[in-house]
Amino acid sequence: MSPMRNLLAAILVLSAACSAHAQLSIEITGAGAQRIPIAIAPLAGEAALLDASGATLSAIVRADLERSGLFRGLEVPRLVPQPTESSNVNYAEWRSRLADALVLGSVAGRPDGRFEVRFRLYDVVKQSAMGGVAYTLSRDQVRATAHRIADYVYEKLTGEKGVFSTRIAYVVKRGERFELQVADADGANEQAMLVSNEPIISPAWSPDGRRIAYVSFQNKKPIVYVQDIVVPKQLIVANFKGSNSAPAWSPDGSSLAVALTRDGNSQIYLINPDGSNPRRLTRTAGIDTEPAFSPDGRWIYFTSDRGGSPQIYRMSATGADAQRVTFEGGYNVSPRVSPDGNSLAYVTRNSGKFQVALLDLGTRQVQMLSDSDLDESPSFAPNGRQILLATIVGGRGVLTAVSADGRVKQRLTVSAGDVREPAWGPLIP
Amino acid sequence: MRALWIVIIASALAACATTETPQTQPPAGVEDRAPGTAPSGPGTQGVPPKPVTGVDLTGGRPATSQANPLRDPASILSQRSVYYDFDRYDIKDDYKPMIEAHAKYLRENGGVKMLIQGNTDERGSREYNIALGQRRAEGVKRMLMLLGTREEQLEAVSLGEEKPKEVGHTEEAWARNRRSDMLYPGEY
Repeated sequence: MSPMRNLLAAILVLSAACSAHAQLSIEITGAGAQRIPIAIAPLAGEAALLDASGATLSAIVRADLERSGLFRGLEVPRLVPQPTESSNVNYAEWRSRLADALVLGSVAGRPDGRFEVRFRLYDVVKQSAMGGVAYTLSRDQVRATAHRIADYVYEKLTGEKGVFSTRIAYVVKRGERFELQVADADGANEQAMLVSNEPIISPAWSPDGRRIAYVSFQNKKPIVYVQDIVVPKQLIVANFKGSNSAPAWSPDGSSLAVALTRDGNSQIYLINPDGSNPRRLTRTAGIDTEPAFSPDGRWIYFTSDRGGSPQIYRMSATGADAQRVTFEGGYNVSPRVSPDGNSLAYVTRNSGKFQVALLDLGTRQVQMLSDSDLDESPSFAPNGRQILLATIVGGRGVLTAVSADGRVKQRLTVSAGDVREPAWGPLIP
Repeated sequence: MRALWIVIIASALAACATTETPQTQPPAGVEDRAPGTAPSGPGTQGVPPKPVTGVDLTGGRPATSQANPLRDPASILSQRSVYYDFDRYDIKDDYKPMIEAHAKYLRENGGVKMLIQGNTDERGSREYNIALGQRRAEGVKRMLMLLGTREEQLEAVSLGEEKPKEVGHTEEAWARNRRSDMLYPGEY
């Protein structure tokens, strides 16, 4: 880690009083229509197990749930004696605090120096326990454990998977330097996978979350690489004559769709992640690029100017039966299919502004998700509830996470740099 | 780290030196570092914050070569850039004498190679702009070939919107960035 990074990290830690060790700082606007009021009581003994920034487990869980826009964390006063997951719950008292749901738990040190965290989730209205989990962890796993607890609570109360344990990748440009960063979904634990003096774009997570494909200009032209997130070694996937870009993993991870210009204009090919067996899928005289698989792997959505302007098309994963998908507007690009396969996020030019739209593939209805001028690179959260995108605010590149209903926005910024090219990683089993 | 750069530059040159699609793609330079491991133990539900370890390419920059005879300001050969309208890739007539001069130079110097870099302004999709910049560069390459340059001497690549000459967000800056550059060895 460079002295600059150390300094930056130190500044951010100092400024992040209660919101943990975040390199990316997050600001939330808007709120869901109905937020579930939840009381997350301090876990008994949790003061002995703080994360690197001094945050407690209960504070991290509460921040996670509130960031989703679906929960409202209630203030919980210091209770004596502190209730734990094995206490008898005084439901009437929690109801009087207007809590619909309650989390109680405890932290205990183990003889081996590790810790045991236990918690239980309660439905205060129905006056019943909904379940709980115990974790054994070391001190450096506080945040990861808190995210697991938040995922558990989120899924029990909403019926959908939580994404608090997932990671995001993005590119930071600081001066002339480009960094491919991986961070937790809350912006904490930012770690550089690649640092370069040349641009890096289009990171794409492998379906198992272990590798990232990306495009680097380190050889003065776009080349597609794959890199394991824990092994600092670049593997070349596509370095053909011309430009190599726009990697997209097939859902089974067996191949990548890429845009290559080895035969002239940009066309879509499949290639194995080790760079073997490139095979051409499109054969047009125009531009075909930005492939994106449907979650079932049957279709590839892509951008093409074959009709005279850039529009989104869909073809089978073998390259057959291309059909146009977008019709409104003269510039529709960067398709991304939702995890349930039912909708398509893309960038559209709207009165000279580039904004992210969401197309319902069933009803054909289009909803605008953003209201700024230069939005790019939409990326779905793996539960489909949010879309992460890049935009420009005050001349600086920032990321925005918009809820799929457009109501809640989180803004993620870094100090002294532009953030761009977000890619939300998959659920970790 | 300098060794890494040398590997990368060498592989870039190797890529330029062949006109056929490379049968085996050159490997990138590798720097091994042992990643840390997160401990786990009995009774643990896995909460592994796997450390991310990365590659640093910023350590050394390759030396740039010295002055090139093609840089005589009095010669039309010192002009290298073709400019375009928004979302267009057709070459305006104004640029044809310049491209003809470079075609003649390349014909007379059959061992010399040229890299054509296509660029776009910052608006729209980065990936679509890679494709658009490629189309611009391919247009220049095609014209050079029609004028007798051998394909083996030429490579067209795109930088999309990633390497703007002008960083502003004005019409003037955008116009300067919608561009193809014809570059000789040592110039990129």
